[in-house]
Amino acid sequence: MGSPGSMRTRAAAAVAVAGAMTLVVGCSSSDDSATGGGKKDGKVVITMGMYGVMGIKETGLLEQYEKENPNVEIKEEIAGDEQTYYTALQTRLAAGKGLKDIQGIEIGRAKEITETQADKFADFSDVTGTDHFLPWKESQISTGDGKVLGLGTDIGPMAVCYRKDYFEQAGLPTDREEVAKLWEGDWDKYVEVGRTFKKGFKGDKVSYMDAASGLFNAMVYGYPEQYYDEAGELIYAKNPVVKEAWNLAADAADDGLTAKLRQFQPGWDPGLANGTFATAVCPAWMLSHISEKAGEANKGKWDVAKAPKGANWGGSFLGVVEQSPVKEEAKKLVAWLTAPEQQTHIFKEIGNIPSSGEALESDQVKNAKSEYFNDAPIGQIFGAAAQEIPDKQVLGRKDGTIKDTFSQGLVLIEQQGTPRDEAWKTTAERIEKAVG
Amino acid sequence: MATSTTKALAGEEPPGPPRKTGGEGTVRRRGRLLHRLDIKGAPYAFIAPFFVVFAAFSFYPLVYTSWISLHDVELATLDVMEWVAFDNYVDLWNDSRFWNALRNTITIGVISTVPQLMMALGMAHLLNYRMRASLFFRVASLVPYATSVAAAALVFTMIFERDFGMINWALGSVGIDPVNWEADKWPAQAAISTIVIWRWTGYNALLYLAAMQAIPADRYEAASLDGASRWQQFTHVTIPGIRSTIVFTIVLSTIGATQLFGEPLIFGQGPNGITGGADNQYQTLGLLLYEEGWKNYQMGRSATVAWAMFLLLVLAFAVQRLIKRLRSRTS
Repeated sequence: MGSPGSMRTRAAAAVAVAGAMTLVVGCSSSDDSATGGGKKDGKVVITMGMYGVMGIKETGLLEQYEKENPNVEIKEEIAGDEQTYYTALQTRLAAGKGLKDIQGIEIGRAKEITETQADKFADFSDVTGTDHFLPWKESQISTGDGKVLGLGTDIGPMAVCYRKDYFEQAGLPTDREEVAKLWEGDWDKYVEVGRTFKKGFKGDKVSYMDAASGLFNAMVYGYPEQYYDEAGELIYAKNPVVKEAWNLAADAADDGLTAKLRQFQPGWDPGLANGTFATAVCPAWMLSHISEKAGEANKGKWDVAKAPKGANWGGSFLGVVEQSPVKEEAKKLVAWLTAPEQQTHIFKEIGNIPSSGEALESDQVKNAKSEYFNDAPIGQIFGAAAQEIPDKQVLGRKDGTIKDTFSQGLVLIEQQGTPRDEAWKTTAERIEKAVG
Repeated sequence: MATSTTKALAGEEPPGPPRKTGGEGTVRRRGRLLHRLDIKGAPYAFIAPFFVVFAAFSFYPLVYTSWISLHDVELATLDVMEWVAFDNYVDLWNDSRFWNALRNTITIGVISTVPQLMMALGMAHLLNYRMRASLFFRVASLVPYATSVAAAALVFTMIFERDFGMINWALGSVGIDPVNWEADKWPAQAAISTIVIWRWTGYNALLYLAAMQAIPADRYEAASLDGASRWQQFTHVTIPGIRSTIVFTIVLSTIGATQLFGEPLIFGQGPNGITGGADNQYQTLGLLLYEEGWKNYQMGRSATVAWAMFLLLVLAFAVQRLIKRLRSRTS
């Protein structure tokens, strides 16, 4: 045991301990955990966190902004699924680390953000030129004391997408005006048309509608108050609107009018491709999904008709986090991205309906037609539907979660054959767990 | 031999001149101190990396989780904690979802572990024969294990799909009505077990194979001289020979089954996966933990589920030890 040997052991031991320490410390000091971009080599780096197809990257707007502002570099990260995205956002907000300069906020989360995280988002109320939004859109992301935590991207006015060829086979009218007349004014009539469809359609492989949850959402979102009242109290159990929607959706399920699918889940996509259902209640942003999944083979078979009643399902906001090192630049970018011209551009490219009243009024939006949907004048249909959306939209803290829970409750009726009262009870218990 | 090495390593009788006092002595003492540190300290330094990592990623989370489980905390506001003592545990005990998840975890665990280990045993037995391309088969049996859970579960989800899945198509071609694999309880649990079985059978087979190859060949020779058939050799030589490996795989599979998470989550897809089906028909404890924490954002309740799972495992092994001890006492 000479001293060179012990030197080596000692050195090795030191390295081993140091290695272990870096392993532990390394986790908390990597660059990823810093918030936002910053200024690098004279360039302003703005980071963005988004989800799904918000149309901002997909339609080339970020590149355009970089071209017009050569000193700005934008780095975006897009999560596929909003639920995953929001969970990560919550974790990062709690840790105060790893946030992007700009963060997307889905409408179902808006209330939770304004209630619990208001101090972590920058205020937009001092930004000029943002008075072009629909009045209710801005109020959804505002706090009680007048802080505006973000600017709106799209909204989700509704229509009904239907298969023209199936309607013809079932002996129903196929023209979109006439189809809209069949159920004008009342969702009950939409279900009634389904009964006629079922009787008239030869063959049993095609259901009238995709899922009971689609109908339920369309009905509930047609009213100013859904699951919460203005005071923030949970009122879904005594809100007649919710019960009425639940019962009608359950009727549709009981009468075998639905394809028993879960929207946006894998079984739904092949259902679109193989045409296993004739109608789907479709918010504007769903059109791009339908055309993509139903594919070229079904082009021209789908059409869009006015929904029985106006409603708003979905829509997002862009917010800027308070601790962002490039807050002002990020706010400028958000204001630009949500300006009427850009919203119009996104609409033309992928069909997301603008939340800007000014954009909605523009000829480009009004006269837009969808080639895939048999040249349906989607600008007019959804524009008119947007006007029908109640001027006040009361949001609640757990809207997103409650919506998902109700969708599952309807699946209980559709797929498990659970009686509706029992399914309602189960849903109520789950909501209590999720909210309390 | 061992003692002498230890003595030399510990340096108890270092050869050299007797100790002196004075300046020269302090240098020597310092040298001796470093030397002693080296001898006594180095082993600790060498095992330190594991324990530092263990402390950071296992022990600290464990302690913190138990602390959280005594509070009412939401994910968004982790700094706002309300002390509720054991309320979360009481709630969990009274929560039908917990018992449902526990039952599902046990049933899925049984219908995936039992056939899986039996098949692995049979497979290992076959792989143990001298045959052509045995290396190929041994490597091939590990391929499912190397596949990611997500990829495997996604493929199986498509195979088990209700309207356009392969299995229902095959059933339909022989005139059997399609099975609603996801929505019905037992078909769903069977489908999830299939994914687990597919992934882990080869892995366990290789463990068994390794143990089988350690059995001396002369035992088989002696057995065949005594006129034992292949089957008798299997039950009387092979099985006792790999008993400890079998116990090991049972322990591993039990832990794995308790933590079952990825397969049912992806099998159910999206929000439906988190709740283990609309009727919680295949919600495991792992999924319940995830639902509480990352769907309902209730970290306190989520941590409680985690601790309940941990305690269940401890309980399971305590019971197993007890049975073993009782059995050895009676025999």
